[in-house]
Amino acid sequence: MQFEEIKELINEHCPTAILSEDLASHPNTLEITKDSILPVCQLLHENEKTYFDALSCLTGLDNGSKAKTMEVIYNLYSIPYDLHLALKVILDREKPEIESVTSIWKAADWHERESYDLLGITFGNHPDLRRILLPADWEGHPLKKDYEEQEFYHDIKVKY
Amino acid sequence: MDNSLSNLGRIKTGESGIIVSKLDDLLNWARLSSLWPMGFGLACCAIEFMSTASSAYDLDRFGVIPRNSPRQSDVMIVSGTVTFKMAERIKRLYEQMAEPRYVISMGSCANCGGPYWEHGYHVLKGVDRVIPVDIYVPGCPPRPEALIGGFLKLQEKIKGESVLRPKGVEKLMEEKNAV
Repeated sequence: MQFEEIKELINEHCPTAILSEDLASHPNTLEITKDSILPVCQLLHENEKTYFDALSCLTGLDNGSKAKTMEVIYNLYSIPYDLHLALKVILDREKPEIESVTSIWKAADWHERESYDLLGITFGNHPDLRRILLPADWEGHPLKKDYEEQEFYHDIKVKY
Repeated sequence: MDNSLSNLGRIKTGESGIIVSKLDDLLNWARLSSLWPMGFGLACCAIEFMSTASSAYDLDRFGVIPRNSPRQSDVMIVSGTVTFKMAERIKRLYEQMAEPRYVISMGSCANCGGPYWEHGYHVLKGVDRVIPVDIYVPGCPPRPEALIGGFLKLQEKIKGESVLRPKGVEKLMEEKNAV
């Protein structure tokens, strides 16, 4: 199955989902709407022609206070058909929220926790959304472009 | 005289003798000759620590044998990057060690934050911000020779110690006299 066919399949089942495509990136990327993430992932996961059974990576991205957007990027892989696909969702930087895909791929659990920890993106219906790398009482999300580290952590000076 | 094997322990050979020494020297000699470090590693420095303990560098010849419990350890080697999350664990491990206890800060990360000094928001900028450090070993990571050098420096430091005249008490007395 080629990229165009995957696109047609999505258009057939979720006609308003796809916003744009990026053929220059590798793997080829589809930008989809925030609300369609669950139905589209469900479709790609369950359809007999795609069967994207592996979520290779889920990552977050901050585009900075000028662009005022954040992104979540899903790298999918189909083991039986050897297909690669990336999905991209653009979120509001002030309130980055999106539905969790842990109900489809268990692998999303820790990846989503990492995006939450470092960027502050919240994932709805996540089974255990708490910090994964930093201490639970850390202030702020370090991969945000305008991040300033706190002055003290438990009375220890943070800066050099 | 019965020379059977069961009586070997009782035979006097005339080779025993008396060595006269100062108590301080004896205690210091015992301490510096059996520095048992805590066996834990934090980053790539731990690999160098392991290779120092290997047969090529043979840390055993200094009486240095890694222990797996802080209660049995004399010296803590902070071998690697200390994150804020780990800093509290290190402090607790240090507090669990019995006195006299020593700390060797191994490598740039433990000394001052190393390559993470500017942008590493999660890295403690020097382990001396949570526990007192006796010896700093520079390097990124330090070679086994450097770590052995650190141990030799620590041995020198222990040689100058005194049970009867502890430096801390002397300092307190001086302060008291000054007031």
